[in-house]
Amino acid sequence: MSPHHGFTHIHLHVHGTSAVHRLVPEAKLAGLLAFVLVVALTPRTWVLAFVGYLLIAIGVATLAGLRVPLMLRRLTAIIPFLLFALLLPFFSGPPTADLGPLEMSREGLWSAWNIVAKATLGAAASIVLTATTPIPDVLTGLSRLRVPAVLVGIVAFMFRYLDLIMDDLSRMRRAMAARAYEPRRPWQLGPTAASLGALFARTFERGERIHRAMVARGFEGSMPMLDSSKVGTTRDWVSAMTPALLAAVSATGGGWT
Amino acid sequence: MVLAMHAPDGFLEPPVAGATALLAMAILGFALRSSTNSYDDRSIPLAGVSAAFVFAAQMVNFPVAAGTTGHLMGGALAAILLGPRMGAIVVAIVVAVQALLFADGGLTALGYNTINMAIVPAFGGWAAFRGFQRLFPRSRTGVTGAASLASGVSVVLGAMAFSLQWLFGASSPVAFDTVFGAVVGVHILIGIGEGLITGLVVAAVLTTRPDVVAGAADLNPSELGSGRHVTARTFAIAGTLVALTVAMVLSQFSAGSPDGLERVAETEGLSSQAEPHPLAGSIFADYATQGIANETASLAIAGASGAILTLVVGWGIADGPRRWAARTTS
Repeated sequence: MSPHHGFTHIHLHVHGTSAVHRLVPEAKLAGLLAFVLVVALTPRTWVLAFVGYLLIAIGVATLAGLRVPLMLRRLTAIIPFLLFALLLPFFSGPPTADLGPLEMSREGLWSAWNIVAKATLGAAASIVLTATTPIPDVLTGLSRLRVPAVLVGIVAFMFRYLDLIMDDLSRMRRAMAARAYEPRRPWQLGPTAASLGALFARTFERGERIHRAMVARGFEGSMPMLDSSKVGTTRDWVSAMTPALLAAVSATGGGWT
Repeated sequence: MVLAMHAPDGFLEPPVAGATALLAMAILGFALRSSTNSYDDRSIPLAGVSAAFVFAAQMVNFPVAAGTTGHLMGGALAAILLGPRMGAIVVAIVVAVQALLFADGGLTALGYNTINMAIVPAFGGWAAFRGFQRLFPRSRTGVTGAASLASGVSVVLGAMAFSLQWLFGASSPVAFDTVFGAVVGVHILIGIGEGLITGLVVAAVLTTRPDVVAGAADLNPSELGSGRHVTARTFAIAGTLVALTVAMVLSQFSAGSPDGLERVAETEGLSSQAEPHPLAGSIFADYATQGIANETASLAIAGASGAILTLVVGWGIADGPRRWAARTTS
């Protein structure tokens, strides 16, 4: 298997039948957005509120049956930003905090905390969504939330053909590697770039063929949305909004400076 | 430092996140409306597969000038291949999907991430592309060269947009000068890689399907057939020279405008930093070289030295351990 497979959507979804899995997608998307907004709007000094958010995130992830290694593995995407955040206390003006041998700025420490806390919580919330919602359901949810049909259609096509294009790419790369091509310097980039150019031409031609096939089946410019999943009830919406509501409670209770 | 790109939640303050989100939505809405009018019904499938292509292309790691691996960002490439409006939409969709489904970039950071990675590179890259096209002959080589330069510039423009947002919504009191210097400096290097690969990709598409390249739509077949073959080595050397020139020019800019911007920020009560930087005494402090009277020359030397220094340090960091590993394993 190609190393690229790990990135595509095949492995994003974690099978399960938990309450989180069963929620209708549009409510889940709205709940995610509400939770992330509450987190982002919380002043950085309300430390207790963030502790509350973390407990809520852990609670939802546990309810969804997501294991700790999976969450941590997917959270690695934000590591570069955490590293940057750790540098902030040293570049934020004169040292005002003394932590043993290290001199750093108090303001910078708060900024670092702000980024670490909000980035981790935001990423964790997204990870719970993708792990419990198959891509077609995400698309249904987006279109029910009135995201323009053109955009949802483009995203749908993107996911439909992503794996094919990735496979195309990995075949080309394997063929180049088999011919001892292993670029190490910028001036050895020619074949890599040429393969990307060929990939674009192939992709575009695939798009043209798809379009002709669609026209042959009666496509006239607007996407029919397959809307098979059930419609959300009030209960769905209340459960989906619970994390955000709990977060708001935690924010009012945790206003500690 | 790909930091300016794919920023997570909490990186810039909520007002800037909100304002950039509204701005991004307005621009993309305009682009969507006008491009779905001018395109035929092919736009949905073609944009969809193009988004998948950008997604896939971003995962191809290639060695950049500093010896580290980088990857294509594709804003300018998408604009040159698909036109600026469709290019911006396609890359914005990739950025949004990465945030929503791959936890790569924060949902509340989508506004400024979309502006810095999709809107500014696509529209700015397209404008630069059209500008450079006038300087080059109307041939395949001309299109390739203009694409290469424009995509390098587009990355730097994205980094500058980020610095500007930092000025108004920094989540930490790091001085604007420091952020501008670091982010733009590093993105000049990233721009070399981006320009190199974009030029070569456009050249490859021009050989197989010149008709699909939006940036070459106004060239006739005989013009497209003309032009010399340019090797990757020529590209790399030219790219480095261009980057040095850009660094020298930008260092002039960084001495003047940011001060002005900072003054604006201070009078508006937005700037939170007034303390001198810890490195204020260094010989390149404030992007000028001490001991050189001519301001222009001294700024240029500081800018070029900065770029070379970053290049050398980057190369050392990336190359040292690999050579060491190669020696110990063989």
